[in-house]
Amino acid sequence: MIRVDGLHKYFGEVKAVRGVSFQADDGKITGLLGPNGAGKSTTLRVLYTVLKPDSGSATIDGVDVVTGPVEARARIGTLPHGSGLYPHLTARENIAYYAKLYDMDAGIIDERVQQVIDQLDINDFADRKTKGFSQGQRTKVSLARSLVHGPQNVILDEPSNGLDVMATRALRELIRDLKRAGKCVLFSSHVMQEVAALCDEIVIISSGKVAVHDTPDGIRKVTGRDDLEEAFVRAIDMVEAGK
Amino acid sequence: MKTIRTVFFKEIVDNFRDRRTLVSALLMGPLFGPILFAFVINLSVKQSLENAEQPLDLPVIGREHAPNLVAFLESRNINIDDGPADREAAIDAVSSGESDVVIVIPEDFGDKLADMIPATVEVITDQANTQAERQTRRARRALQAYSQQLAGMRLSIRGVNPSIMRPLNIDEIDVSTPSGRSAILLGMLSYFFLFALLTGGMNLAIDATAGERERGSLEPLLCLPVKRDHLIFGKILAACFFMAISVSLSLITFHFVLGFMPLQELGMTPNFGLDVVLLAFLLLLPFALVGASLMTLVASFTKSFKEAQTWVSVVLLAPTMPILIVSILQVRPSTALMFVPSLSQHLLLVGLVRNEPLNMLHVAVSVTGTLAVGAMLTWVCARLYRREGLLG
Repeated sequence: MIRVDGLHKYFGEVKAVRGVSFQADDGKITGLLGPNGAGKSTTLRVLYTVLKPDSGSATIDGVDVVTGPVEARARIGTLPHGSGLYPHLTARENIAYYAKLYDMDAGIIDERVQQVIDQLDINDFADRKTKGFSQGQRTKVSLARSLVHGPQNVILDEPSNGLDVMATRALRELIRDLKRAGKCVLFSSHVMQEVAALCDEIVIISSGKVAVHDTPDGIRKVTGRDDLEEAFVRAIDMVEAGK
Repeated sequence: MKTIRTVFFKEIVDNFRDRRTLVSALLMGPLFGPILFAFVINLSVKQSLENAEQPLDLPVIGREHAPNLVAFLESRNINIDDGPADREAAIDAVSSGESDVVIVIPEDFGDKLADMIPATVEVITDQANTQAERQTRRARRALQAYSQQLAGMRLSIRGVNPSIMRPLNIDEIDVSTPSGRSAILLGMLSYFFLFALLTGGMNLAIDATAGERERGSLEPLLCLPVKRDHLIFGKILAACFFMAISVSLSLITFHFVLGFMPLQELGMTPNFGLDVVLLAFLLLLPFALVGASLMTLVASFTKSFKEAQTWVSVVLLAPTMPILIVSILQVRPSTALMFVPSLSQHLLLVGLVRNEPLNMLHVAVSVTGTLAVGAMLTWVCARLYRREGLLG
């Protein structure tokens, strides 16, 4: 479970996040939706403790990200925006490196790495060096290494960026699998259709604030629009107007 | 501890597969020094041997005015040429570099000699031209010898013992050993070793910081439940490891290369046996920590691999500065100087090559002083890695 409470984050004069609050529950897929520059990535970066909030708090399974960053990080699997791999290592070695850094027992690492390789269906290229991998292959390997320790919470920053139709489908299927396993999945996107297709809960962020936080149906009701894309635009307009 | 070990071994494996790192660690550093060194030494040996034996071609204007002087010069292995047409032409020839040195004997040379008035002989030379220096010196020395001879003869004719002209008999006794003499030339050796050491870890230091950020692999790495300090320690240690490989290869290559060099002909027998190789390696090893942390520090400030390469190359020059200053000032090794990394290694190495006994206090100060500076730089790196701005 991920909780964010009144989060503020400034970069000098730029107020990237201005009071974001929401909760992402276990067994649910929560989508963080918003236009480019709305503060999605900044919010997620605070969650996986790369950035420190200026005020407000965030907890992962009740662990505060500021006071217990290492413990908080142990409870999440993260796919940051534009994740890179080590080109001279094979996919399997890339995943195993993370498994070791997650402090997993040496005895179970090989077995566990094979499990995520099966789970993400990357057996075909698991033992090739990742240099020259396609974007889809890279995303899968990055995802595999962030899931290798079986985290309860999964944070994905624009995971479908640069993926083709087939890869996007596979990714959605994986996210649904995580939900079925009772995990808390939080992902960001600027594509309405993607969020609509997957999410139980949608948090729409605009200009560093939460515009709407509801189920897809709830959002349709609040904004008075049937089409979710229309609803998305309307919700953002509402924030802009209230500024 | 486990994190440091994991990062260390991953960086080693990763970089052993990276051609760039391998080339810089195993080829560039270890081979650049010995090859350049062999080239320079062979050239200087050849030149000094040739210069001693070869007759000097000396253009003389007005040779017909001083047949005795010309005969004397020819007896000293100097070939007299007809010089340029006149004095102005000679000055032009020397300043343009066409001739190294020209002698001008004026018309009244013979008359002045006969009248016991000092007779002028002009030596036209360009002092800024270092190549001409040797020829000029030889010509001047020959003229002086002739002058001395004439003076002696004039005194003898008047019944005076010519040796009254020499109240002092200066006798120089050179106590330098062949190893000692070689140290002058081998002084530049230590820079080659420091250079090899730094190039060995350079690529890894850049790759582990600026490279990792550029690739986008730094952010996921920082999301792992490990201390950032441990990540950076592992990376710095891996850079140290490559530096150690590079410097040991460089030392061993030198050991063999020196065996093939005609150093005995210069009266030099450098002390560079396998025991010295081992000692030199141990003395240089602490500098790896300084090099690795300094390069990591510099690379951490840069935005891309390319930018990092530019700045880190500047670090390659850093160890030359203290060595350069000390060799200009000609300072003797002292305990205070042993606190300066790169300089202390240089001074200790020169001592080793000169076959002097190691001063254990100097060694202790060098090792601890260098390690302390390295630890400090590592600490600064760790501080830097805790910053938010690291991701750029």
